[in-house]
Amino acid sequence: MKRWLPSPMLSLMLWGLWLLLANDFSPGQMVLGVFFAWLIPVITEPFWLRRPRIVKPGKLVMFVLMVHRDILVANMAVAKLILSSPSQLRPAFVEVPLDTDNEFVITVLASVVSLTPGTVSADISADRRTLLVHGLDVEDSAALVASIKQRYEAPLKEIFGC
Amino acid sequence: MSVWVEGLVAALILIGAGFTLVGSIGLVRLQDVYTRLHGPTKATTLGVGGIILASLVFFTAQTGVLSVHEVLITLFLFITAPVSAHLLAKTAMHRQEKKVQSTRGEPWQQ
Repeated sequence: MKRWLPSPMLSLMLWGLWLLLANDFSPGQMVLGVFFAWLIPVITEPFWLRRPRIVKPGKLVMFVLMVHRDILVANMAVAKLILSSPSQLRPAFVEVPLDTDNEFVITVLASVVSLTPGTVSADISADRRTLLVHGLDVEDSAALVASIKQRYEAPLKEIFGC
Repeated sequence: MSVWVEGLVAALILIGAGFTLVGSIGLVRLQDVYTRLHGPTKATTLGVGGIILASLVFFTAQTGVLSVHEVLITLFLFITAPVSAHLLAKTAMHRQEKKVQSTRGEPWQQ
């Protein structure tokens, strides 16, 4: 079972991805989708990092919605900053200490930080303990670190249960 | 296609194009590599989002079948944009690019 269907969730996602990509929900595409959804996880299984389980799917949906809202709001904030006065910006490098050592969770966290405008994750320390974040206009470094930890890291840790 | 749908599509395209333009203006106006990174990776998320929504509405209204593969563009963009931004930032630090005077905190030695 484990060998022939290493990750049912990944298979399900790939199946949905295939149907979206084909933009065609006919039976033929569905069968072809099932074939790919089975084949790709089997082939790529050895390459995967240790993948955490999604412990709280409901919370994940809420998190995705919240990130979308943040992207929307912060996009406008950045647009305003760019158009008004770039010379008055207060850019800063801040170091965010990480509470998790799961590589997958760190990757998601770093991506979310980069996607929400105003912050880019620039580097991660060799021991995977600290994330270097560059902020476009930072009023208070400590407050930025706290908001990243509380707004993104805490829910991610809860969702993936680590 | 009704006037309302056309209006909606036009508005979405304008919003998308507007944010993309702001991203490009950011490239010109911002001072150093690190702040410039924010322009294209950010304002454009909403720029592309607006245009994708417009495409979704337009083709759904035109063909009468729900067109959803646009959603994939968003998905792929969300996966790839942070990676390229991260690599650009790392490269800038490796090359010890100048940062604007007012920047607090230090980039790491690579």
